Amino acid sequence: MTPASASTELPLPSREGAGGAGPQVGGSPPVAARRAGRGVRRFIRHRLALIGFATIVVLALAAALGPYLDPFNDLHIDILHRFAPPFSGPHLLGTDQLGRDMLARLEMAGRVSLTVGCAAMVLSTITGTVIGVLAGYYGGAVGAALMRFVDAMLCFPSIFLLLALAAFVQPSLLSITVIIAATGWMEVARLVEAQIRSLRDRDFAVAALALGAPDRTIMFRELIPNAVAPIVVASTLNVARAILLESYISFLGYGIQPPVPSWGNMLNNAQEYLTTAPWLAILPGAAITLAVTGFNFLGDGLRDALDPRLDVR
Amino acid sequence: MTAYLLRRLGQSLLLLWIVSMIGFAVLHLAPGGPLAQFTLTPGMTQADLARIAHQMGLDRPLPLQYWEWLRHMLAGDWGRSYRDNQPVLTVIGGHLPATLELMVSSTLLAVVLGTWVGVLGALRQRSLFDYLATVGAMVALSIPTFWFGLVVIYAFSVKLDWLPVGGMYTIGNGSFADYVHHLIAPAMVLALVTVAIWSRYMRSSMLEVSSQDYVRTAVAKGLPRRVVILRHALRNALLPMITLAGLQLPTLLGGALVTETVFTWPGMGRLYLDSIGYRDYPVIMGLLMFTALLVLLGNLGADLLYAIYDPRIRLD
Amino acid sequence: MTEPVLQVSDLAVRFNTDAGPVPAVNGVSFTLARGETLAMVGESGSGKSVTSLAIMRLTPPPPASTVHGRVVLRGNDGTSRELLALPEAAMREMRGSRIAMIFQEPMTSLNPVLPIGEQVAEPIRYHRNAGRAAALAEAERLLERVGIPEPRKRLASYPHQLSGGMRQRAMVAIALACDPDVLIADEPTTALDVTVQAQILELLKSLQERTGMAMLFITHNLGVVAEIADRVMVMYAGRVVEQAPLRRLFGAPLMPYTRGLLQSVPTLAARHEVLAAIPGNVPDPSNLPAGCAFTPRCPHAQPHICDAALPALDAAEAEHLVRCARWRELAA
Repeated sequence: MTPASASTELPLPSREGAGGAGPQVGGSPPVAARRAGRGVRRFIRHRLALIGFATIVVLALAAALGPYLDPFNDLHIDILHRFAPPFSGPHLLGTDQLGRDMLARLEMAGRVSLTVGCAAMVLSTITGTVIGVLAGYYGGAVGAALMRFVDAMLCFPSIFLLLALAAFVQPSLLSITVIIAATGWMEVARLVEAQIRSLRDRDFAVAALALGAPDRTIMFRELIPNAVAPIVVASTLNVARAILLESYISFLGYGIQPPVPSWGNMLNNAQEYLTTAPWLAILPGAAITLAVTGFNFLGDGLRDALDPRLDVR
Repeated sequence: MTAYLLRRLGQSLLLLWIVSMIGFAVLHLAPGGPLAQFTLTPGMTQADLARIAHQMGLDRPLPLQYWEWLRHMLAGDWGRSYRDNQPVLTVIGGHLPATLELMVSSTLLAVVLGTWVGVLGALRQRSLFDYLATVGAMVALSIPTFWFGLVVIYAFSVKLDWLPVGGMYTIGNGSFADYVHHLIAPAMVLALVTVAIWSRYMRSSMLEVSSQDYVRTAVAKGLPRRVVILRHALRNALLPMITLAGLQLPTLLGGALVTETVFTWPGMGRLYLDSIGYRDYPVIMGLLMFTALLVLLGNLGADLLYAIYDPRIRLD
Repeated sequence: MTEPVLQVSDLAVRFNTDAGPVPAVNGVSFTLARGETLAMVGESGSGKSVTSLAIMRLTPPPPASTVHGRVVLRGNDGTSRELLALPEAAMREMRGSRIAMIFQEPMTSLNPVLPIGEQVAEPIRYHRNAGRAAALAEAERLLERVGIPEPRKRLASYPHQLSGGMRQRAMVAIALACDPDVLIADEPTTALDVTVQAQILELLKSLQERTGMAMLFITHNLGVVAEIADRVMVMYAGRVVEQAPLRRLFGAPLMPYTRGLLQSVPTLAARHEVLAAIPGNVPDPSNLPAGCAFTPRCPHAQPHICDAALPALDAAEAEHLVRCARWRELAA
C-alpha cells in the first residue's frame, strides 16, 4: 500500500549530497571530489539493481516454467496430506489446507500476480503519458485543468478507490487490471507533464514548430523520446506498486477470485491458519516482497543510471 | 503569510470541487447506480424501482443530480446507511477516533524513528549503517503491510504471547493500559512504510542542508557539533518534511485500512471494508469522500504548519 | 619586535578526488602581525579561499582532503597554539573565539530560521559560557557597534528581513563577538553594492583600529586591496608568487602576473585603450605545467628558464618576496 517508492512529487531539490562532508562541512572541494562519492554509491546501487533484475528473472522463470517441472499439480487436492510443513516431505514448500502443493500454487499465482502487475503498468503508463503529454504540451487552461484533475485523483487513497471500484465490477483478471491501472496513472502523468513542459520550450521543439510540424508530430517524434527516461523509471516502480495493490485487494477478497490463484488471495485464509500453519501466510507474502523489492531495486538503479537528477536520496 | 494561506485555501477549494465530481462519477459507476441495493430486494417490481428512482431524483438530468447531491453533502446530509439507517456522517464519526488514534500514534513513532535513522545516515554517509538503512528502507517499502501485520501477529502474539492478537480492548478490561497494549502492534505495523519513506527523505534533506553556507558559518563559529546538527542543520532540514507529511496522508489512510483489517481495529478502514461487503453504498461513498476531505484538510494543515515554522513565509 | 599573531609555514592542501589528488595549495607561508591587514589576491582557483579554510580547519576531513604545514596562532594572552595539530575539540574552541571568519554571501551564510540576535549571541553563549539573556544583551551591543540601527529591535529580525549590507554587518558582529585575535574575511564585499562595499570596509578598518585584531583579507578586487591592506600577497595556482607592502606592490610589482593584474584594472585615464586582460585561463590545479605555473600566459616567458623548474620565492627586498625566474632582468 505504498507509492512503490518515494515519489518525485516532493519539491526537494533531489541531490545526493555534496562531497564526503556531513555538517562538518568543508570548503569547496572540487566537483571531482563529489563525483567520487557519487560513483561509489552508484556502483552499489547498480549492484542492487542487478540483484533486483536477477530476482525478477528468477521469479518470472519460476512462474512461467515451474509448473512444467513440478512433481505436483497446483490443482491436485490431497486431503490426506494437507498442512504439510515445508521441507518435511515430498512437497518442497509444504501443502495448504486442501493439500495442494504450495510450490506449484506459488508459481501459478506468480503467473497471475506478475502478469496483472505488468499489464496494469502498461495501461497506466500509456494513460499517464498521454495525459501528461497533452497537459505539458498545450499548457494554459487545458494543462492546468488536467493537472488539477490529477491532483484531485491523488486525494483519494488508492486502496479506498480500488475497493470501491472492485466492488462495482465483476472481478476478473481484466477488470482488476484495469482498475489497478486506473489508480496508478497519476504519478506518470505528473512526471511526464513536468518533463514535457520543460522540453517544449527548448530549441529542438521550437524549431520543429517553426518548420510547421503538426502538434501530434511534435509530441510523438520530438518530445516523448526525450521523456523516455523518467517514463521507464516510473514504469518499473509502477509494476512494484501494481503487484502490491493486487495483493492487497485480493487479500481483502475483492481482487482475483479463487479458484484463480494469486499471491494475494493465497493469503486470504492465511490468517485463520496462522497458528497451525504459518507457512501458508509467510510463503506468498515472501514471494510478493521478493518481486516488489526486485522491481524497486531495479527502478531505483535505472533512475540513477538514466537520470541522476531525478534521484531522491 | 495571509496571502500564502489564502492561495492555498483557494487551491484546496478548487480541488475539493473536482474531488466531489470524481466522487459523484464513482457513485454512478456502480452497476445499477444508487439503485443497486434495491434491485437485490426480492419482490421488487420495475414499477417499484421506477418509483424509488423518481423519489431519489434519478430520472433527472445528471448535472442536476450532481447539484442535488452536492447540496446535501454541503448541508451535512450524507445519506443514511442501508444497514441500520443511521446518518452516514454519524456512522463515520463513530469510527473516526479509532483511526485517528492509530494514525497519530503510528506517525509519531515513525517520525521519531525515521528522523533518527535519516539524520544518522546523513551524518555517517556511506557507512555500513547508512547502506543498511537505505537498503532496509527499500525493502520495507516492498513489504505488503498486511503481511507484515500477519508476521508480527505470528511472532508477538502467537509465538511470544507478548501482544494481543487484535481488537481494541480485551473483553472486560477497558483500561488505558489495555488499550495501549492493543495499540502497539497495529501502530508498529502501520509505521513501517512511513519510517522507510521518512528516513530516506530526512537523510536527503539533511545532506542538502549540510552543504549550505549557514552550516559552514555555524562550524566556523566553533559551535559544539550537537548544536550545529540540531539547531542549524536539522531545523532547516525539517522544513520540507512538513510538506512530505501532508503528501503521505493518502498512503497512511490506505495503510490504516489494511492494518485495521488485520488487527480487527474498529476504525474507518474496517467500516469501509464491512460496508463494501454489505454493498452499503451511502457509507461507501461517504467514506470515500471523507478520506479525500481528510487528505485535503491534512495538506492544508501541513501548509499552515509550514507557514508558521518558516519565518520567511510567516513574516512577509 | 613583537611576535606575529599568525604564522603560516609551508601550508599545503590536497584534495583527493577519484580523478586523482588535486594540489589546491602548495608551500604557502606568511605571517600576520597584530593590527595588520594582509590582503590575499588572486583570480578564482588560485587557492586563496582554500588557504583560509585550511587555517580554520574547515576543509573536508580526510580522506577527502589532506592538509600539511604549520599554522601557529599567538593569542593576546601569550599562549601560542599550533592549529593544525590541535584535536578537533580544542580547534572548535579556537574557532569563533580566537580566530573568526566571514564569508562572501551574507544571505546564505546566515541561518534563515533563526533570529539575528540568536545567531550573534551563539558564539558568546558557547565560548564564554554566558546565559541566553546576557548573550543577547551583548549581541545588541555588538549590533550597535557594527552600525546596525535600532539594534534592540533587530535582535528579533530574521536574515531575510535585512538588506545585504545589514546582513554582512551582522556577520561581522558574529565574527567579532568574542574579540578574536585574527579575522579572516573571504571576499566579504564582493556580493555587495559599491556604496555598501565602502561602508563595510570602513567598518572593518575602524573595528580593527579599536581592537587591534589582525585581518587576513581575501579578494580579487585590487581597488578594495588599495583601500584596506597594509601588505599584499598574490596567489597563483596554489602558490604565493609575490608578497610586498601595499605601496611597493602597486608601485613596483616584480612578478609579471602582478603587473598583469594591475594593468587589467580599467582606469578613467585609459578610456580609449583596449582593456588589457591577461590572456588565457587559470591553470587546472590537477594539471599544472612544470616550472612556473604562469608560463603559458606570461608575456615575458622564456623556454628552458621559466618552464624548467619551479622558481623559488626570492627576497627582492626586506619585505618584498617574488617567485619569478626572471624578476631581476624584468625589474631593470
